[in-house]
Amino acid sequence: MNYKMMGRIFAEILALEAFFMLPPLFISIYDGVDVAAKAFLYTIGILIAVSAFLWLICRKAKRGFYAQEGIVCVGLGWIFLSLFGALPFFISGEIPFYIDAFFEMVSGFTTTGASIVPVVEDLSRGILYWRSFSHWLGGMGVLVFLLAIVPSNSKSGGSRLHLLKAESPGPDVGKLVPKMRDTAMILYVLYIALTLLNILFLLAGKMPLFDALCTAFGTAGTGGFGIKNDSIAGYSIYIQWVCTVFMMLFGVNFNCYYLLIMRQFKALFKNEEVRCYFRISIMSAALIAIDIRKIYPTIHETLRHACFQVASIMTTTGFATTDFDTWPSFSKTILLTLMVIGACAGSTGGGLKCARVLLLFKNLRRNIHKILHPRRVQVVHVDGTPVDEKIINGTSVYLAAYFILVVLSILLISVDNKPLVTNLSAVLSCFNNIGPGLEIVGPTGNFSSYSAFSKLVLIFDMLAGRLEIFPILALISRGAWKKA
Amino acid sequence: MKIIVAGDGKVGATLTRQLTAEGYDITLIDSNKDVLNSSMEQFDIMTVHGNCATKDTLLKAGITDTDLIIAATSADEVNLLCCITAHGLNKNLHTIARIRNPEYSNQIYDMRDMYALSMTVNPEKQASSAIEKLLRYPGFLKHDTFAKGRVDIVELRVKSDSKLCNIPLSSLPAQTKCNVLVCAVIRNGEALAPNGDFVLQDGDRIFVTASVDNLSMLLKSLGMTPKKTKNILICGGGKISYYLAKRLEKSSVSVTLVEKDEKRCVELASLLPTTNIIHGDASDQNLLNSEGLADCEAVVTATGLDEMNMIISLYANNMGVPQTITKLSRIDSGSIPSNIPLGSIICPKELCCNSIVRYVRAIQNQSGAAIAVHFIADGQAQAIEFRVDEQTKHCGEALKDIKIRKNVLIVCITHNGKIEIPNGNSSFKKGDGIIIVTSSGDVVRQLNDIFI
Repeated sequence: MNYKMMGRIFAEILALEAFFMLPPLFISIYDGVDVAAKAFLYTIGILIAVSAFLWLICRKAKRGFYAQEGIVCVGLGWIFLSLFGALPFFISGEIPFYIDAFFEMVSGFTTTGASIVPVVEDLSRGILYWRSFSHWLGGMGVLVFLLAIVPSNSKSGGSRLHLLKAESPGPDVGKLVPKMRDTAMILYVLYIALTLLNILFLLAGKMPLFDALCTAFGTAGTGGFGIKNDSIAGYSIYIQWVCTVFMMLFGVNFNCYYLLIMRQFKALFKNEEVRCYFRISIMSAALIAIDIRKIYPTIHETLRHACFQVASIMTTTGFATTDFDTWPSFSKTILLTLMVIGACAGSTGGGLKCARVLLLFKNLRRNIHKILHPRRVQVVHVDGTPVDEKIINGTSVYLAAYFILVVLSILLISVDNKPLVTNLSAVLSCFNNIGPGLEIVGPTGNFSSYSAFSKLVLIFDMLAGRLEIFPILALISRGAWKKA
Repeated sequence: MKIIVAGDGKVGATLTRQLTAEGYDITLIDSNKDVLNSSMEQFDIMTVHGNCATKDTLLKAGITDTDLIIAATSADEVNLLCCITAHGLNKNLHTIARIRNPEYSNQIYDMRDMYALSMTVNPEKQASSAIEKLLRYPGFLKHDTFAKGRVDIVELRVKSDSKLCNIPLSSLPAQTKCNVLVCAVIRNGEALAPNGDFVLQDGDRIFVTASVDNLSMLLKSLGMTPKKTKNILICGGGKISYYLAKRLEKSSVSVTLVEKDEKRCVELASLLPTTNIIHGDASDQNLLNSEGLADCEAVVTATGLDEMNMIISLYANNMGVPQTITKLSRIDSGSIPSNIPLGSIICPKELCCNSIVRYVRAIQNQSGAAIAVHFIADGQAQAIEFRVDEQTKHCGEALKDIKIRKNVLIVCITHNGKIEIPNGNSSFKKGDGIIIVTSSGDVVRQLNDIFI
């Protein structure tokens, strides 16, 4: 275990976090909110001090960096980021308990958007900005950002791929171009470009700049922190449609945008995952629209709410234009199912990912064939290319781990004696990084009524869901801390 | 013309036989002395022992004054290197390489340009396309295509209950209401050139020329609208089976492929996503039954062993499978008694040799040479396609006024892509395509040979 190398990476991450706290600091100073400005200033001070300390100790680290370090580094890195990122909320006193602040921050970085703040409008603008910006940073990944800006050293070789693999979602993460740094750069350039486009479209709808920034950050990271208590419901119809479209776009595998830019349209249209993603969302929206047709006066309104909620839940964003908790049971069940399925691999969304669902179904079909024709030999194909058995095995194991953790979490938070549907939707919503659930934790509710212990369980779920279980599970396994 | 054949295997030996029969000077190269000696005893040729890709061996075989080299060793890469080296030694040389690894099949046209190959042949691919054609028109035994796929020569069997039975050929168009021509008949194992008074009998095998559209009309009027083939069983997982399954995957038929090597099964399964790959021994009748042999419209036997293919085909025929196609790689198709119900027989080495012989004839005489040659009627007759050019005689004259050699029948004329089944008043002009049928013994090197 190369602790010194990890320390170096932590120093870099924390310095980066300090840098990203500058804009909210300026906003707080501009608004004249001294408490918030001071909170940001103190936090930046602490971050720089810790970062410099780590740097001093670890600057002479050996280069060896392997899968073990990569996994542990990502898991621990995200916990540190959230622990320090929560400080401004706590110091400014806008969120009085540190555990609540920590929950809010993890919810931000993991792009969940589950909140313990009862009235969002009470928070100052600097804090709101930091909350939303954490979505944007967490969406594509902090370490990927680090990989993009830190010059790659020829000595570090392929070892940094482990960081990308541990942080990026999906069953099979690969590079786009030979150089790690260029790959990370391409991902972030695409991400920034799409975000800017989103901001422009929102501004065109006469949304105030600050609102547009925060909403775009929430959409891009598929996070879902709103800056209003009623989320997007208060904005114009145009803005709601813009959000619907951009949520769907950010739920698409970013490799597809790369293919689009490289003009490889053939490979793009062959992509089964994206086709499956759009097919599921269109079907769900249609079914829900039929189910809720009597609730809203016009067809357009019915369609708008159905599409928006499906896009919001499927991409695991968690914005809302209406209280879907009041919808009929069928629609709510569809939404719960979409929570589990999630967006595409390689996007900013969470959930199981369409790629995994696709693989699982194909593997299921293969096993049925195998029972009917015991001597049949079949290889699972995705996009016309055969899939390695290791990836299929990995996906099955992932599904098992996923359900074990979900059931355990529900069991642990049920100690709070809340209704079953609330607990179920709270865990699913946190694990899949969505945000709102049903009933008490529904779009109009929040997570503040849970006990501190339950919040810790949900924090664990959010991190496990965002980092795809294994980096977080590895932290509690003894093998990860042994000397390699 | 001097020709070097490198590699004395199945294709090499068959080529040597055909080309020596046509009177060319053949030099055979192989690294196995015993094989060479046995060829030397059979044919009037020269042999050189050695590696055909080396300069020394090629020079010893007289590459500098050779017109054509055909590389048909078992390794694609050796064939390529042989052709490249030979071309380097003699710039005027025509080169033909056998390249059959499926991984190269996508780049075959690029390779021709890159390595200055005159032609590449792939026996397995040719065999698979021939099998696919047979499967497309069930009910026909054999099927050849001319004029870029617009004209077919197909073989039909006349049965006692058929409309065709006991009628003279002259009344055939009236009976079937479509324009078709019978160009050869096999009765009791003998090929006959029929005229208008010829009366068809039960058991005759007839060779019919028609445009593709007319052919389907003929089938309809004979009540032979073929049931669409939906289930096909392929035995053996070699290259032919792979190419065939790959082609069939594009159409909507369900293909089951039985292969006994498990590793090869996995390989095939990743190459052929929609094909049903079964791991098992195709000679196990129980396995074939459990995979639905009785429900198949067609069975293709393409394992590596000819004996096995024959036995499986016999079994399938016995089980009532409507169409069986048997691949024979070593045994000559002519040596199989025709009363053994093997269905259609596909012989990759013969297909491959035919295409090479066609090429050789073409370079032998660039003007008026045959574009395509197919052997029909068990090899007793040949159908040859020509193009009419400036040197062709009798342009524009009615066919009834032209004296044509005995045993030669003009079965089709194509004008600018339009198909005409000719009668006495038809004529041809420059640019037209002509297809003739003649007995195999007659050598027709160019179109003018058929006129007296």
